[in-house]
Amino acid sequence: MSKTIIEMKNVSFQYEYTQVLNNISFKVNEGDFLAILGPNGSGKSTLLKILLGLLKPLAGEIKLFGQPNDTFRHREWIGYVSQKSNAFNSGFPATVEEVVKSGLAKKVGLFKRMPNDAAKQVQDALKAVGMESFRGKNIGELSGGQQQRVFIARALIAKPKVLVLDEPTVGIDHENVQSFYDMLVSLNKEQNITIILVTHDVDTVSNRISHVACLNQTIHFHGYKQEFDEISQEQLDKWQGHAVRKIH
Amino acid sequence: MIEAILQYEFLQNAFFSGLIIGVIAPLLGVFIVVRRMSLIADALSHVTLAGIAGSLYLSQTFTMFSLLNPIYLGIVASVSGSILIERLRTLYKHYEELAIPIIMSGGIGLSAIFISLASGFNTDIMSYLFGSVSAVSRQDLWVVVAIAFVVFLFLFTFFKEMFVLSFDEEFAKASGLPAKSIHLLFMVVVALVIAASMRIVGILLVSSLITLPVAASMRVAKGFKQTILFSILFGEAAVLIGLVSAFYLNLAPGGTIVVTSIVILLIVILGKKLALKIKAERV
Repeated sequence: MSKTIIEMKNVSFQYEYTQVLNNISFKVNEGDFLAILGPNGSGKSTLLKILLGLLKPLAGEIKLFGQPNDTFRHREWIGYVSQKSNAFNSGFPATVEEVVKSGLAKKVGLFKRMPNDAAKQVQDALKAVGMESFRGKNIGELSGGQQQRVFIARALIAKPKVLVLDEPTVGIDHENVQSFYDMLVSLNKEQNITIILVTHDVDTVSNRISHVACLNQTIHFHGYKQEFDEISQEQLDKWQGHAVRKIH
Repeated sequence: MIEAILQYEFLQNAFFSGLIIGVIAPLLGVFIVVRRMSLIADALSHVTLAGIAGSLYLSQTFTMFSLLNPIYLGIVASVSGSILIERLRTLYKHYEELAIPIIMSGGIGLSAIFISLASGFNTDIMSYLFGSVSAVSRQDLWVVVAIAFVVFLFLFTFFKEMFVLSFDEEFAKASGLPAKSIHLLFMVVVALVIAASMRIVGILLVSSLITLPVAASMRVAKGFKQTILFSILFGEAAVLIGLVSAFYLNLAPGGTIVVTSIVILLIVILGKKLALKIKAERV
């Protein structure tokens, strides 16, 4: 039995007068590849932001690696890759190497210099995402899919135990989406990195994940991929508020 | 000119302050520009003016303040302005840029009141608006040196955190860096640099030394460290050429430095275009 690394109990959240999350409870175990599915406005990104400590929940309890969210001090264990569109200013004058290296900042700690082998670590992280030949390029010269790989490398360099990705494939062409997800699978299988992926890309991810959670303000379903496949289409539509095509 | 510098203390003061500001303004400017905060520098410089005008008024009216160097109240005003801007930015989350006109007009309004109280414009206030070589005192130079020290200490300590914060604020917060505290410290350091720079280039032109060299550098540099390096080179070149030509042609140094920066920027933009054209033709 693998151990639980993320646990949410009865978590609720609202923006001013709009209820966004209602009584959310779920667990993520080490080694899971969880896809959180849900329509726009279902609270997917909010859920991730609460998980990452960027937002405080109105009610409920969150435990990360067994510790309460407020006192959790090892944020570097959780690597974060945000939606490409709002992540950064694409004219930013930085090389791929500088961007990836910056992922070490928290791990190295305040008042400390970057380690001597930082360049080697950058090399390894870029290799893991198949981007080693781009290290000297400016980040703005890369395509959307390449940038997302660099951002994964930035998360990987801190050796995270969990990768949290918020719709990472928005704006990436279909062909690259496939290889992007293949890369996530290999990180999950070979390096045993737990993956939590927020997406509405049900078709592409469905044969790669181990667990599914259906979110629309509340969690309608959370379980193994096999169980998810047995849910009827009508039921799924009802939860999502609109039609979601399911691929078997 | 070298003889004159050796001979006159005020020229030494101006020259060395200029050289130091030529380094620290563009150095911090890189972070200001990439974080899209260039206008904040402008707002803060106007708040600094309020502090200076207030100080001039105090020294005219009360004998106990007659020897007070206006730069100190300028620094106080600038630093308070930077903290106020931050407060306003969190208050108006969806209209962050609103903080800038609020603080800027507040600064100019207060300055206008203090200037009128201090019986109108005089040469002193003019030297603060447009900069002056002859007005830089030894005390001003020491203040500039101290501020430069603070800037280096800040960036030496927090360089990697400042990079993460500038590149991707959300990632910085998600990875657990103390983003808020570092940002506030950064704002205070920016306020200090603005107060330091205004003696040479003047309040109305301070933001030029922070932004123009960076604008030129971003056209040609590769990567972040190179952007910083070229920004400092361009900034220093502008200060040197500007001060020397101001000395020989008897012009206002602030204006000469700014116009030189713009010329450098134009040369870089045109040079880059030309280089790209030549490269394209070869292929």
